[in-house]
Amino acid sequence: MLEVSGLRVSYGGIQAVRGITFHVNEGEMVALIGANGAGKSSTLRALSRLLDPAGGSVRYRGKELLALPPHGLVAEGIALVPEGRGVFPRMTSLENLYMGAYARNDKAAIARDLEHVLGLFPRLKERAQQVAGTLSGGEQQMLAIGRALMSKPRLLLLDEPSMGLAPIMVQKIFEVIRAVASEGMTILLVEQNAKLALEVSQRGYVMESGEITVTDESNKLLADPKVRAAYLGE
Amino acid sequence: MNLPRKKFPFWQQHWLGLLLLATALLAVPFVAALGGQAWVRIANFAILYVFLALGLNIVVGYAGLLDLGYVAFYAVGAYAYALLASPHFGIHLPFWVILPFGAALACLFGVLLGAPTLKLRGDYLAIVTLGFGEIIRIFMNNLNAPINVTNGAQGITLIDPIRIGDFSFSQTSTILGVTLSGPQKYYFLLVALAILVIVVNMRLQDSRIGRAWQAIREDEVAAKACGINTRNIKLLAFAMGASFGGIAGGVFAAMQGFVSPESFSLMESITILAMVVLGGMGHIPGVILGAVLLTALPEALRYGIEPIQQAAFGRMIIDPESLRMLVFGLALVLVMRFRPAGLWPSSLRRRELAEATD
Repeated sequence: MLEVSGLRVSYGGIQAVRGITFHVNEGEMVALIGANGAGKSSTLRALSRLLDPAGGSVRYRGKELLALPPHGLVAEGIALVPEGRGVFPRMTSLENLYMGAYARNDKAAIARDLEHVLGLFPRLKERAQQVAGTLSGGEQQMLAIGRALMSKPRLLLLDEPSMGLAPIMVQKIFEVIRAVASEGMTILLVEQNAKLALEVSQRGYVMESGEITVTDESNKLLADPKVRAAYLGE
Repeated sequence: MNLPRKKFPFWQQHWLGLLLLATALLAVPFVAALGGQAWVRIANFAILYVFLALGLNIVVGYAGLLDLGYVAFYAVGAYAYALLASPHFGIHLPFWVILPFGAALACLFGVLLGAPTLKLRGDYLAIVTLGFGEIIRIFMNNLNAPINVTNGAQGITLIDPIRIGDFSFSQTSTILGVTLSGPQKYYFLLVALAILVIVVNMRLQDSRIGRAWQAIREDEVAAKACGINTRNIKLLAFAMGASFGGIAGGVFAAMQGFVSPESFSLMESITILAMVVLGGMGHIPGVILGAVLLTALPEALRYGIEPIQQAAFGRMIIDPESLRMLVFGLALVLVMRFRPAGLWPSSLRRRELAEATD
């Protein structure tokens, strides 16, 4: 579904991503893990067109994504949950969710999807009229994921969903990610918490200083002594 | 679940208030005329500033783009009118040709300013827009050689008033038994224009575009992720704000009969911005209040200070002009200290500022 080849990202003279190649198949969840500064987020920002890569190609269902403007991705069925959540702090939860459906105008379907999202996140239903800026970090992350789902995507890009959350909240968020995946959603998960990411995903890529060094099925990566030593703190 | 929607149109909910307001608006030019035509002119300027402030409100209040060069669009509109309806080039086009042309030209300049500044925010955007405002003013000041386009610092005089057939807005005439002076006629024209900009502002607020602006104001990355074309939506804000500035400029030129670069200084931009911020950014009644107060109060001070000083001290101790600026500055500081969201903020804006201080 998503084929990235030779993707390079530079900031000035510094190469953050050095020509990486990976793919995501329809219906699977793929984890991109690695230490801080390995280039994971730069990769995702390039995919979601928030920055212009120095080279390479990103094909999504046969179409070149790098030719599209950032706002064009939603129409293609790609939704990004930005790093640091990125909810609209002064809008209510409900208004945030409706913003996710900004590019759609099928009212009946939007209402159906809203029910679905509120079913996935009962907490958001309770907080529907609350201003997003006053929600807890975990609730904001739920809201950001819910808002992304409101655009009815086929591919969900998750940027560090566990960042800055309490451990119990992280567990909750990952439960929801698993639930979304089990409905057949294709997900690319960029995550520092390697253990959790590999536990929920089918395949994983390990990034190190801008390059993909190891790739395998997630459960094999979890068992790999080198990965365990470097990323699972053993 | 659905977003709450208004059940009745605005005018049905507020018909009594609107009726009173309409009566008051009708009475203003006649009451003001009792104190002399100068007071009618002040009322006219108050409404012209309401118009300008609401135009700027689209850029600053809705889209959250800090524009310190708004007066440039006002200048473009004013000069467009002046050049096309004065003996300077010997061209005398009717106002219904020039006003839309001035608006379109200002709109073009708005896009010209907006396009290169799309990636800038906050302070950086403010500096670029400030520079842009100055560039326009300096151009007006110096475009008298090698070809005399703007007549430099002397400005352009003898600009045609707005005229429909034989009905000129600069002369006194009697309509249906009511005698109206020139300024009084302009007053009604300005009120009509102000109503137009108020309606546009109201429609924008609850529209799809309005929500996109709010999203960009709050988180630009997230707005992009929601599929909002942030570039076009921001350019639209610049273009719409600029068009209103252009219209205001045209009316200003016609009303004054004279334009010169000194009317379009940085101070003017800052005053218009102060009206928006002081009144309550993004809140239509607040912005109107800000514009009326900041036009009327300095004038009232100007007329009030002299007699007060004469009575108290028997002579003038402080020059009214400098005292005016002192009081103006003090008022700004006090409002920002005690009502940081503006004198009459929207509930949304109050929410935003309350959180910021958490």
